[in-house]
Amino acid sequence: MSVEGAKIVPSHHLDSLFRADRLPHILCPGCGIGPAMHCFAQAMLDSGIPLERHVCVSGIGCTGRVAGYVNVDSYHTTHGRAIPFALGISVVRPDLKVTVFSGDGDLISIGGNHFIHAARRNINLNVICVNNFNYGMTGGQAGPTTPLGAKAATAPYGNAERPFSLPYLAAAVGATFVARWTALHVRQLKEAMVRAMKKKGFTFIEVLAPCPTGFGRPNNIGDGLEEMERYRSRCVVNHRAALHELDLDLRRIDQPFILGNFVDIDRPHFRPPVIEQGPAAEFGRDDRSADGGGAAMEGAP
Amino acid sequence: MSSGKRVSGGEHFMVGDHACAEGALAAGLEFFAGYPITPSTEITEHLSRRMPELGASFVQMEDELGSLAAVLGASAAGARSMTATSGPGFSLMMENIGLAAMMEIPCVIVDVMRGSPSTGLPTAVGQGDVMQARWGSHGDYSIVAYCPNSAQECFDLMIKAFNTADQYRIPTLVLMDEIIGHMTERVVIPEAVKIAFSGRKRPVRPASEAAFLPFKADGNGVPPMAHAGEGYKVHFTGLTHDEKGYPALNAEAHRILVTRLIDKVRLNAAAIVEYEGLHLDDAEVVVVAYGCTSRSARQAVFTAREKGVRVGLLRPITLWPFPEDKLRRLLRKGEVKRFVVAEINMGQISREVERLTQIPVARVNHPGGAMILPEDILEAALS
Repeated sequence: MSVEGAKIVPSHHLDSLFRADRLPHILCPGCGIGPAMHCFAQAMLDSGIPLERHVCVSGIGCTGRVAGYVNVDSYHTTHGRAIPFALGISVVRPDLKVTVFSGDGDLISIGGNHFIHAARRNINLNVICVNNFNYGMTGGQAGPTTPLGAKAATAPYGNAERPFSLPYLAAAVGATFVARWTALHVRQLKEAMVRAMKKKGFTFIEVLAPCPTGFGRPNNIGDGLEEMERYRSRCVVNHRAALHELDLDLRRIDQPFILGNFVDIDRPHFRPPVIEQGPAAEFGRDDRSADGGGAAMEGAP
Repeated sequence: MSSGKRVSGGEHFMVGDHACAEGALAAGLEFFAGYPITPSTEITEHLSRRMPELGASFVQMEDELGSLAAVLGASAAGARSMTATSGPGFSLMMENIGLAAMMEIPCVIVDVMRGSPSTGLPTAVGQGDVMQARWGSHGDYSIVAYCPNSAQECFDLMIKAFNTADQYRIPTLVLMDEIIGHMTERVVIPEAVKIAFSGRKRPVRPASEAAFLPFKADGNGVPPMAHAGEGYKVHFTGLTHDEKGYPALNAEAHRILVTRLIDKVRLNAAAIVEYEGLHLDDAEVVVVAYGCTSRSARQAVFTAREKGVRVGLLRPITLWPFPEDKLRRLLRKGEVKRFVVAEINMGQISREVERLTQIPVARVNHPGGAMILPEDILEAALS
């Protein structure tokens, strides 16, 4: 715990938050996932919730590896399915604080359907999405967050598709807390994570992060520090920004990157229906149903 | 029915899908996640009524990918968990069946088989998912698959399925078919105290003491299971991992892990395998049939016997692991001259029987949409 000037100390006050026996990590120099993971660790401490009650779930990808480094109960699941896996934990153990920590491709592309439905239901989950604008693990392919015109391994002539604005999407589908920060805004990011952890319901934090290997290189950005500086120089904090004006366009230098804690509302979070006494249905009633018919579900308490 | 009790003891006239749901409740089902699909919908609907009475969690998911993922999360947190689906949804679950096998998370998946492939015949019978149940996810792993042939067995085998899933930490499948799921029959549900229960092996020492190795197996190849929120700070991954649960991306770690995952079922097969035999003692012709088809086969055997022909029936109750030993014992006796395999697919279990025998195997197949008639099986047995 002690700070000894410039001397290298053998331990760090967050050591217990990480699985030190798994280090060094796989992340590239200049990657933004490390700072985001550090903020997450600090936020777990600051949340006041005992570490034994924190659970981290991730999917597949570079950010998906975070579940393997944080020293809490952690689950590294299939590509795109971190949110429903976490839903299962959250529903049967409502006393646990479950965080889904994963990447933009995992959560928003292959896992997009689960994302919108978990937010709609207001599942008691914190989602942290590291957005590095590409599929890093597989070598820098384009995804649903790749900015218009940006080059990627599968967009050699520039991405022609309009990307999602993640905070706009999250707010539209029902998230009760929505924030966007960058891997450079570590204090604000950590504070947002603590706020999310203290809420009940579906929260969403986007972390803009440099990916010098997958995204910086094909777009002539240079190293991670330069990519971070490009984002930093355009960042404007505006908590009251209009949600539909949060698009990121790398080509238009005049257009700022708007950061902030945009949404913080309360609405009843999902709990499976419970009834005190069974309905007076008699044995032998007609239970046949049409193809595809499903049971109606009461979401909120 | 809504008894308000976990175990609805007594005699009932009940449809197979509901018997399946009641079996799950009697087994201690705490979490269900599913998506409506014919002909399994009645399981989901029934549980949506029954689970809220019992304080158990019912969630209707956005799709089958999410359904099984949610089941695995709930089970990782300690809850007995299941989903129910049919062919198209079963296909969507394949990746997470592999995850369940790799993470060794117990779960029960009911697949009520219908005419296939693709959307096929949604409201009509099929038995085409047998090989998919065994091999559907990528790579090598082991599962157990039960196959009921009556509403009563839908109830009984759900209890076994949960116990087997927990005991071996494996995904366990219950392969019903549309006929069995939609057929109403007498079902006798025992009292709660008579429901067999064998749960998960659990860590012996508290989390505060000594390091726990979450994937270190003992005796029968199964590691004790620590759940989320118990303080063990476990890490579960679908990557190849060591006894600590940490990724170990090399050939030797992969060999050790995958071999153990397969051996959990392979080496315990004698304790897992179940079958029913009818007139096998002196049979010269053995009919192999399962699910609804076994009911036609039974009639064919009776008719053949009336004609004085020595025909018997071998009905696998566990399709996987397949009752290989029983088949070999029959062959060793030397009386069996021929096998007849009847199934509502174009030849799935017949391949298994052909693989295990050196004598002729006649196939009675139909791709789905109708039951195979006793006459067709009889004709194959007599010719």
